[in-house]
Amino acid sequence: MGRYALKRILNAIPLLIVISFLIFMFIHMIPGDPARQIAGQDATKADVEVVRDQLGLNDPLLVQYGKYMKGLFTGDLGYSVKNGQTVVQTIAPRFKPTIMLGLCAAVWAVIIGVLLGVVSAVMQGRTVDYIAMIIAISGISLPGFWLGLELIQLFSVGLGWFPTGGLGSWKAYVLPSLTLGAGIMAILARFTRSSMLETMREDYVRTARAKGLGEFLVVMRHAFKNSLIDIVTVGGLQIGGLLGGSVMVETVFSIPGLGRLLVDSINFRDYKVVQALLLFFALGYIIINLIVDLLYGVINPKVRYS
Amino acid sequence: MAERLLDVKNLRTEFQRDKSWVTAVNEVSFHIDRGEIVGLVGESGCGKSVTSLSVMRLLPPKTSRISEGKVLFHGKDILKDNKKEMKKIRGREISMIFQEPMNSLNPCMRISKQIIEAILLHNDISKGEAHRRAFDVLKSVGIPDPEMTLNSYPHQLSGGMCQRVMIAMAMSCEPELLIADEPTTALDVTIQAQILELMEGIKEKRNTGILMITHDLGVVAEMCSRIIVMYAGRIVEEAPVKELFASPKHPYTQGLIESVPKLGSDVSSLPFIPGSVPDLASMPKGCKFAPRCKYAMDICRQKEPDLTPVYGSGNRRCRCVLHDGDKGDKKEEVKV
Amino acid sequence: MSDKDKTTSVDRFDEAEALPTQKSRRKEFVQKFMKRKTAVISLIFIVLLLLAAIFGSYMAPYDVDQADYNNLLQGPSAQHIWGTDEFGRDIFSRLLVGTRLSLASALSATIAGTVLGIVLGLIAGYYGGWIDSLIMRACDVLFSFPDILLAIAIVAVLGPGITNVIIAVAVFTVPSFARIIRGATITVKESLYVEVARSIGCKNWRILWVHVFPGTVQSVIVNFTMRVGTAILAASSLSFLGFGANVTQPDWGAMLSQGRNYLNTAPHIVLFPGILIFVTVLAFNLLGDGLRDTLDPRMN
Repeated sequence: MGRYALKRILNAIPLLIVISFLIFMFIHMIPGDPARQIAGQDATKADVEVVRDQLGLNDPLLVQYGKYMKGLFTGDLGYSVKNGQTVVQTIAPRFKPTIMLGLCAAVWAVIIGVLLGVVSAVMQGRTVDYIAMIIAISGISLPGFWLGLELIQLFSVGLGWFPTGGLGSWKAYVLPSLTLGAGIMAILARFTRSSMLETMREDYVRTARAKGLGEFLVVMRHAFKNSLIDIVTVGGLQIGGLLGGSVMVETVFSIPGLGRLLVDSINFRDYKVVQALLLFFALGYIIINLIVDLLYGVINPKVRYS
Repeated sequence: MAERLLDVKNLRTEFQRDKSWVTAVNEVSFHIDRGEIVGLVGESGCGKSVTSLSVMRLLPPKTSRISEGKVLFHGKDILKDNKKEMKKIRGREISMIFQEPMNSLNPCMRISKQIIEAILLHNDISKGEAHRRAFDVLKSVGIPDPEMTLNSYPHQLSGGMCQRVMIAMAMSCEPELLIADEPTTALDVTIQAQILELMEGIKEKRNTGILMITHDLGVVAEMCSRIIVMYAGRIVEEAPVKELFASPKHPYTQGLIESVPKLGSDVSSLPFIPGSVPDLASMPKGCKFAPRCKYAMDICRQKEPDLTPVYGSGNRRCRCVLHDGDKGDKKEEVKV
Repeated sequence: MSDKDKTTSVDRFDEAEALPTQKSRRKEFVQKFMKRKTAVISLIFIVLLLLAAIFGSYMAPYDVDQADYNNLLQGPSAQHIWGTDEFGRDIFSRLLVGTRLSLASALSATIAGTVLGIVLGLIAGYYGGWIDSLIMRACDVLFSFPDILLAIAIVAVLGPGITNVIIAVAVFTVPSFARIIRGATITVKESLYVEVARSIGCKNWRILWVHVFPGTVQSVIVNFTMRVGTAILAASSLSFLGFGANVTQPDWGAMLSQGRNYLNTAPHIVLFPGILIFVTVLAFNLLGDGLRDTLDPRMN
């Protein structure tokens, strides 16, 4: 187990380095002149030079990279062009909404998704199974932004049950987390079902029945426990995908989170902020994957005791 | 007179395939008494596993059904039992062990937990007491360090150890009948011998009846007192072990025994039974073995022979026109 | 076995019939596929969409840019089945013609990503060594981002526009195919029969063609179908965020994005493009599922 964990962690480090480099190169990969784009078409050459200086684009590449990496560790990520504050100050308040929303979505999506999957597998072929799978496949086919808009239309505007946006009260979390979690719930339902169908066919399930164990315990204690190993892995990966979904949901529901900041910053050409955000998203995703990998190593006895 | 444990009468099990039902076993009747090891032999697909799973009622509920017959355990038809009663029988009165011991144990559960689960299902005792019993039963199957094994996961044990654990688990509630479905097929030859010895010991000590299902004639010759031969879902011959090997009556049995290479014999090519087992959905009319039988006659292809006592022998049965005891029609003795 | 009597009801065992021929396998596949009604319906729908993409502009009742200032933001009616937008343009016509843009971008992105992924996978699996490591590391990097974020990042660099959306979607499609093909290539490379083939003088490329592809065709086809669905979602999401198609173009996502401003007064502008995207992606997913189940050798 120790070896497994070490290998995973060591693998993650070069990955992070490569990604930080790529994100660093981000500004330099933009076709055209980023400084000009920020300064605007009408800016004078002098203005553009000021911007260029601000972005540190006049230094040689290596120096820029050095400053960038140093900045990552000291917390100096530059300044936001849009509001003049430091990038850190701009980003910091956005964390809480995104994370809160992500948590809400994750909790309901995982519980409902896994439940639906187990029930479908046990009742394979019956009506419950068909309905659950229709829900699931719809969940992965729905455009998130459309779902959000229609939910607003129906429940906020139409019925007035929930606010149309922002994060005022707990009510404000309902529709966005439904929207955000829909895709995850669907994928988990489908995966849980197929995993359960497989494990229920295994020999050890037959042994459990031959011992005289009741069907419920056979399913839960033997089949589900084994499926759980893989469900956790897939679920974990999906939760990482919440980061991507947050972009859409925060835009639709006007939530002041990281996702929306990303979109706004791109539109505003606030490159430093974009860089920092991309870095955080990648970091978050890699860390979540790492945690999932390690968790897998703990849950799966074949890895833990090898 | 030994006590009769299991009495299967006219068992018929069907499977659903593409919206129609095909018969997997038909007219299967046999019995097992206390303290005897009965062998059930046949090729893959002949229905021996299906028979045993039917007795335990472990077949998939939606795609299979037992459409005829009785399974009497101590005189009571367990096919009529409800789920609750059946759960009491499984593991406690009748236990079963399977072919791939490594796959038959839950990979993410410690051995102790799995055995204790079996014990607690049928015994109202404390967990500590159950743990002690698990320890004892592992010891009784010859495992050198029971405590370490109890703490292990299946993947940490060898195939032979796993099968010992399976046997221990199966015997933990002291069942009267043990069904062993190809218990040694997946194991090395040396381990095979150990496991078979273990099972013989169980029969001796506890007077357990054992149904030994296998395709290996060597195994049945060693262990069993009586052998039942199956083909295409039907019993084609049944005889005490010595008599079966000395003078097999059914052409299929003859073919089986012939195709086992014997040490010291000088053969240029191994004999085999030409053709293959018929598909369940397209069984021939008449005797199912007729297409491959060298003695097949017109009557064989028209009507399936009944399983009748062999002429001149009380405790043998054979499903073949050549040896139909009732008719007393002895066809010329065919030299094997 | 008796030669005399030919009236047995069992056919003699015929070696030649034991192995299924190419033709019979295809037939079996079609038969099996036809049994799955959802997959068949999806296929029909997709074919209709393709027809709409090709002939849409001839079949549309109204011109795509035809503005009708007397009928702004009108709900569904006899004249305009799906209503009009803020310029009085017929939504049905725009969606119909827009099929070409939306499908073409999704399909081209997926095809590009698939081809590139297959090539990279082949190279990585076949040559091994540092090339393999490099390509796999690159895939790892791509996998380190959730799809949409990667696409947004790429579009952020390259700028908005349909072409860049296609590039972005193609890029995040590459890794999954690269992995599949690389795995298959390595398995084949290490298997015995390739040793045999090589020893009798088969050229490497031929070996790959004959041995790698048959095994992977199934996964590739299924993955491809599902990926088209993902591509449509991604492309429309990007358009919705303003990074994709120009708002004047009749792109499904862009139309939805514009419609957002009129959600209260004219909900149909959001509804119909949304339903269309949903049903299209659903069709591709159902088709993918159907193909996977039909091709799965275990499903018998």
